[in-house]
Amino acid sequence: MSSIVFAGSAQFLLAQLVGAGAPALLMVVAIGIINLRHALYSASVAPLLKHLPMRWKALLAYLLTDEAYAAAITPLLEQREQPHAHWILFGAGFALWSGWQLATIAGVLVGAGLPTSLPLDFALPLTFIAIVVPLIADRARLLAAFAAGGIALLLAGLPYKLGLLAGALTGIAVGAGARARGTRRASAAA
Amino acid sequence: MSIWLIMGAAGILTFAIRLSFIAAEGRLTPPSAFRAMLPFVPIAALTALIVPEVLIIDHTLTIADNPRLPAALVATFVAWRWRNATATLIAGFIALALFR
Repeated sequence: MSSIVFAGSAQFLLAQLVGAGAPALLMVVAIGIINLRHALYSASVAPLLKHLPMRWKALLAYLLTDEAYAAAITPLLEQREQPHAHWILFGAGFALWSGWQLATIAGVLVGAGLPTSLPLDFALPLTFIAIVVPLIADRARLLAAFAAGGIALLLAGLPYKLGLLAGALTGIAVGAGARARGTRRASAAA
Repeated sequence: MSIWLIMGAAGILTFAIRLSFIAAEGRLTPPSAFRAMLPFVPIAALTALIVPEVLIIDHTLTIADNPRLPAALVATFVAWRWRNATATLIAGFIALALFR
């Protein structure tokens, strides 16, 4: 699963659904919904990759996960005009893919023996905090962050990570709206 | 139905989702309103991931007795002040240990 699907939350869900004996079609649809937010990452990096041949686009798409996107997006945006910027996404994607495959193997071999009290999973929100905070450069972006976090928290009870998707979409809408309002106000005052 | 067939279908669907916009770029021109939204994608998507991870433990919203919350706030401050990923991670983990 780690190579064929390569999406952490989707793999967890699929394992649970298989254990519960869910119908095949439901399982595939559930995986689709839980990974729908990756369409946002696709949209976000698409302009930066448009000059590449299809084999590169396919490879980078395969490697595109939350973490690869998070790690690569800031340097990608800075390198916007450079012809070799796609290597950033490849580097992040490949490093994470390798780590994921190795970790899966290690987990299969020794997972059951590790103590569950180690808070290693806190590294995930910490890493994302380290990436997001420097990105918040203006009021519109700050509002986007608050809206996204708030909605995601409110709807966290929804299945298939729909709360996450709703939070992300709300944040994007709020940010874009705030930006548009700011521009309109500026041109009206001018 | 074979588990391999299901995994294969799930894998292809996931791949298609990720490829969607990347492949379409160049063939379709999205409206400028769409482009205006793109800068907010990383901030919104990642914050939507961070907040529940920090505040929800075992499917319950936890504010008091949650060492992750102050640790995350410390990490946010360090990230804002120094913009250094390593420093943020270290500060966050130390704060987590202290607040436990």
